[in-house]
Amino acid sequence: MPHKTFFWFFFPSGLAMLLFIGLPIISSFFQSLHIEPEQILMEVEKCDPFGCKTETKVDIEATSKLQEEQPLGRFNGLGTYVDRNHLAFDQIKEAWNNSSSMSDFIDIMLNLPFYKALLFTLTFCFAVTPPVVVLGFIVALSINTLTKSLKGPTIFGVILPMIVTPLIGSLVLFWMIDAKGILGSTIQYLFDDPNLSLKSSSQLTWITLIIYGIWHNTPFAFVVFYAALQTVPQDPIEAAIIDGASRYERVRHIVIPHLYPVATFIILICLMDNFRVLEPIIGFAAEGVAQSLSWMIYNDLRSENKMLFGSAGATSMLTIIGVAFLLTPVLIRTWREFRTER
Amino acid sequence: MESKINRYSKQLILINSLFIIIWLVVSVFPFIWTFWGSFKVKADFFSRADWMFAVTGVNTLVETGDTSTVKAYVESWTEGEFWKATMNTAIITVSVVTISLFLGTLGAYALSRSTYKYTFWILIAALIFRAMPHITLVSGYLFPFFQLNVWGILPTTIIVLVAINQPFTLWLLYSFFKTVPKELDESALIDGCTYFQAFRFVIMPVMWPGVVTAGLFSMMLAYNDFTVTSLLLNQQNYTMVPKINAYLGTIEHSGNYMWAVSSVVSATAPLFMIIMFFQRQLISGLTAGAVKG
Repeated sequence: MPHKTFFWFFFPSGLAMLLFIGLPIISSFFQSLHIEPEQILMEVEKCDPFGCKTETKVDIEATSKLQEEQPLGRFNGLGTYVDRNHLAFDQIKEAWNNSSSMSDFIDIMLNLPFYKALLFTLTFCFAVTPPVVVLGFIVALSINTLTKSLKGPTIFGVILPMIVTPLIGSLVLFWMIDAKGILGSTIQYLFDDPNLSLKSSSQLTWITLIIYGIWHNTPFAFVVFYAALQTVPQDPIEAAIIDGASRYERVRHIVIPHLYPVATFIILICLMDNFRVLEPIIGFAAEGVAQSLSWMIYNDLRSENKMLFGSAGATSMLTIIGVAFLLTPVLIRTWREFRTER
Repeated sequence: MESKINRYSKQLILINSLFIIIWLVVSVFPFIWTFWGSFKVKADFFSRADWMFAVTGVNTLVETGDTSTVKAYVESWTEGEFWKATMNTAIITVSVVTISLFLGTLGAYALSRSTYKYTFWILIAALIFRAMPHITLVSGYLFPFFQLNVWGILPTTIIVLVAINQPFTLWLLYSFFKTVPKELDESALIDGCTYFQAFRFVIMPVMWPGVVTAGLFSMMLAYNDFTVTSLLLNQQNYTMVPKINAYLGTIEHSGNYMWAVSSVVSATAPLFMIIMFFQRQLISGLTAGAVKG
């Protein structure tokens, strides 16, 4: 296809991506270099019969004028990146010098907002992914043995948690796990503790969120594994049966090796998707004990009258760096595939 | 032939069926529970005394005179203005699907038919774009949108969702177009068609399965989106998902919590219908994605 034809075919799609995915990243970066203007204070002398006092007041007129002149705020360089809410270098240095032991230092560090969020995000990613892969594989194996007429409805039932949006999915589970819901009261009954609730401690909330993550992501792993199972070659399996291999041995030595590439694909997609976890935290109303990087950005932008563009931009940039780390293996894989294709 | 030697033992069948049944319950039961509970009052669905109340509807009987009620539905659709949110979702979903399929098919066709190297880099760029968390993009939109005064309205959100959707649509349709033999459009070109005519009259008619699959994914993205719609729309223009979240936030009205429950059912029901209808296409799309990375 000549360059010119290609250009016109691709132009609309490329323009949309450039304007609304490429530019926002740059705009986010610019925002992160600026900080909201400080309020201009003025001293007002107030006199009453008992004497004169000077008061400091916010000069609203001057502040709003400044805001109009510099809507993005003043230039702050990388200041936002290292402040207390982000990388917090000063606080870490201080903690390093003052803390008596290593665990003390880690304690202080993980109480800083950014590191707290990073810890949750990574914990969520790495706790959800392995069970998802294992469960997805088992479900795929089981459903593959069903008779054809049963397969359709069963697959439909199994993929439901994946197709609802995470907010609705987490709400639906939350209403059951809530202390007043069916699961919550059953758990209280089982442990004979009327005050036990999954919201009572931060560990339990984290576990709940992780269980939700597994529930939501397993169908995706299942669908991909199920599709891949249809491509497993039959000849080696038949040969193995003739040689007397048990079902377990066949799965272990023929099916699983065949599915390795698919499994890495699932793991990478799962890690990438869970790195942006946001809706479950809102659905489970777990903002108090579990914050993710995405949630930090969301929180900065939520209030309509005072959005912290600088702070949100800085967190976004740091999140993108995190995504880049996770993305590298995917890119290498795609690159290799493309090489072999040509 | 296979059935004789590869027969499943009785224990295996038993364990297998048991496992599938348990897993089905885990997947489906929460939705059935919510559906059933949405016809009860709050005192039953979130019963302090006994969770069985949610099944039997004791308080619902006391409060409304029947064991089930559609009060929450009626109120949320009228007083809660859920009809407006539904309409907004419909507008956004239809527009996003139409526009992103139009752009996506053109772009993906060009990518699949060009033999130059830059197509590879474009696809890689699309992959990187696909990995960007949506919230980081939103943080980049807000400030310029405020300055340009386009924040809060539906068209902005539609364009944004189309753009966010493009990378995935491109990859999916690209892998579908690759399966259509090149000879088909080449012969059309030899017969004197322009590229656009070949695309429109020769390729598109055989591409419907791929287009339906891509459309399905665009639909799910637009229908399910929370991050973009909740931050880029103003309250009057909210779609269903942010609307449900808004019901949860306001506690002043005691009925609001049940509004959220009934709205969840109202929002999921059409989605489930569509998926039931197009299940095969959905799975084939996920498979194409898996094979192509």
